[in-house]
Amino acid sequence: MSAPVPLALTVNGVEVARAVAPRTTLADFLRLDLELTGTHTGCEMGACGACLVMMDGVPVHSCLVLAVQAEGAVIETVEGLSERGAIAELQQAFHQRNALQCGFCTPGVLVNAHALLEHGGVPTREDIRDALSGNYCRCTGYEAIVDAIETTARLRAGAEGQP
Amino acid sequence: MKSFTYERAASPAEAVAAAARVPDAKFIAGGTNLLDLMKLEIETPGHLIDVNGLGLDKIEPTNEGGLRIGALVRNTDLAADARVRRDYGVLSRALLAGASGQLRNKATTAGNLLQRTRCPYFYDTNMPCNKRQPGSGCAAIGGFSRQHAVLGASEACIAVHPSDMAVAMRALDATVETVKANGTTRSIAIADFHRLPGDTPDKETVLDAGELITAVTLPKPIGGTHIYRKVRDRASYAFALVSVAAIVQRDGTGNVALGGVAHKPWRMEAAEAQMPRGATAVAERLLADAKPTSDNAFKLPLVRRTLAGALAEAKG
Ligand SMILES: Cc1cc2nc3c(=O)[nH]c(=O)nc-3n(C[C@H](O)[C@H](O)[C@H](O)COP(=O)(O)OP(=O)(O)OC[C@H]3O[C@@H](n4cnc5c(N)ncnc54)[C@H](O)[C@@H]3O)c2cc1C
Ligand code: SF4
Ligand code: FES
Ligand code: FES
Repeated sequence: MSAPVPLALTVNGVEVARAVAPRTTLADFLRLDLELTGTHTGCEMGACGACLVMMDGVPVHSCLVLAVQAEGAVIETVEGLSERGAIAELQQAFHQRNALQCGFCTPGVLVNAHALLEHGGVPTREDIRDALSGNYCRCTGYEAIVDAIETTARLRAGAEGQP
Repeated sequence: MKSFTYERAASPAEAVAAAARVPDAKFIAGGTNLLDLMKLEIETPGHLIDVNGLGLDKIEPTNEGGLRIGALVRNTDLAADARVRRDYGVLSRALLAGASGQLRNKATTAGNLLQRTRCPYFYDTNMPCNKRQPGSGCAAIGGFSRQHAVLGASEACIAVHPSDMAVAMRALDATVETVKANGTTRSIAIADFHRLPGDTPDKETVLDAGELITAVTLPKPIGGTHIYRKVRDRASYAFALVSVAAIVQRDGTGNVALGGVAHKPWRMEAAEAQMPRGATAVAERLLADAKPTSDNAFKLPLVRRTLAGALAEAKG
């Protein structure tokens, strides 16, 4: 096995420095080295979206990024978004609308929904579906997920509209 | 995934020097295709050269009035660029029709051009595949070949190139710019960049080993109405069964390239000469030498209809 390579990055606001084998994916690094198991691994080939994390401000598949490629990057996982309250309304809406059953897809869906809502405004249901086309959910049939995201967008837009 | 060593190159010169030094090295850009193939041990490089730090991530005007797209520009950024949306709409639409937003955040211009086929037998290391293992045979011939080529295929391989972006770039007459370890640079017309499978389906492009793509250049805008139509098994997040990139001028002339039908984007001058006569005449010429399998014969009427739909849309 190739010698570990030094790696320094920011994860959920904390500076992290470790040595990792070059073949470690960012998903495995987060889950195994940092024990941040909120990021899930399903297909590990870019198809299911369970492994999405925010990397330098955009959602990417952590299963298709090598940890060593995240040198100097700012990573935010579902844990980080949750702890700083960035997805509190989304979580509330998912809970109310029953937008999850087994929950396997949920971290990736939340990260992606968060990224979508960061653009501001109220996306159409079509926009929401398009943004989520890379998130597979085997349980909910998606309708409730789209509802929850739409509700959150409306709520935020309404709140901003208040004096 | 097999283990490998890793380095970050800081300049194109450093990247090509590293590739010349290590024989089984590969460049890694977004990693969205390479890492997938490495996990399956279809690609087994001993050394990866990360090209993300080369500073090739800009889109700049050229002296000829066109655009120079750095090799590392992300598909998301290219599709959203105001100049691309205004002057090269077909490219923006083709990009947005490909993969998902999250994959496009990582996927790069060069990586997209060099992505490998989605032939299921290429992915299945238990099956013969001349592309993966030269000389082993082709499981798709006589196998399940619904997605496969209807034009330009060979006895050795009937795979298609999966890129949407490349089809638009073919319609736009893009040029691929490269550099080699000895410092020589080349400009390769997109028409010549991808190869037909012939007897060596493992060689997909005319690039030499260790040759680095630095940019893709687009010529001066040619105006016209830009259309990209992609037909697939579901409405999003699937590869094309057939796609059409069309740039149609007011006088009825124009450029047409097809995706999903061959080992490279498919475009024919003789077919474009038929443009004023309408979609049927163009499709007839494009498909004159088609050799479908029993599984993918549906692609011929699908091309005719998709082309007719695209040209009708262009007329407005
Ligand atoms: C689930 C899924 C769905 C997808 N759907 C679509 C789709 O519908 N349409 C579509 O077009 N694509 C689709 N894609 C493919 C995607 O577009 C490609 O994976 C992506 O464009 C590859 O770019 P990259 O930068 O990640 O390449 P990498 O994986 O980094 O590299 C790919 C190849 O290019 C080489 N390379 C990279 N940069 C250079 C360079 N500068 N010079 C020389 N060689 C270089 C690498 O060595 C490697 O061999 C899909 C992918 C996935 C995983
Ligand atoms: S069509 Fe090409 S890629 Fe597919 S099995 Fe045959 S040789 Fe391999
Ligand atoms: S685990 Fe990364 S996309 Fe499925
Ligand atoms: S809730 Fe089970 S996969 Fe989405």
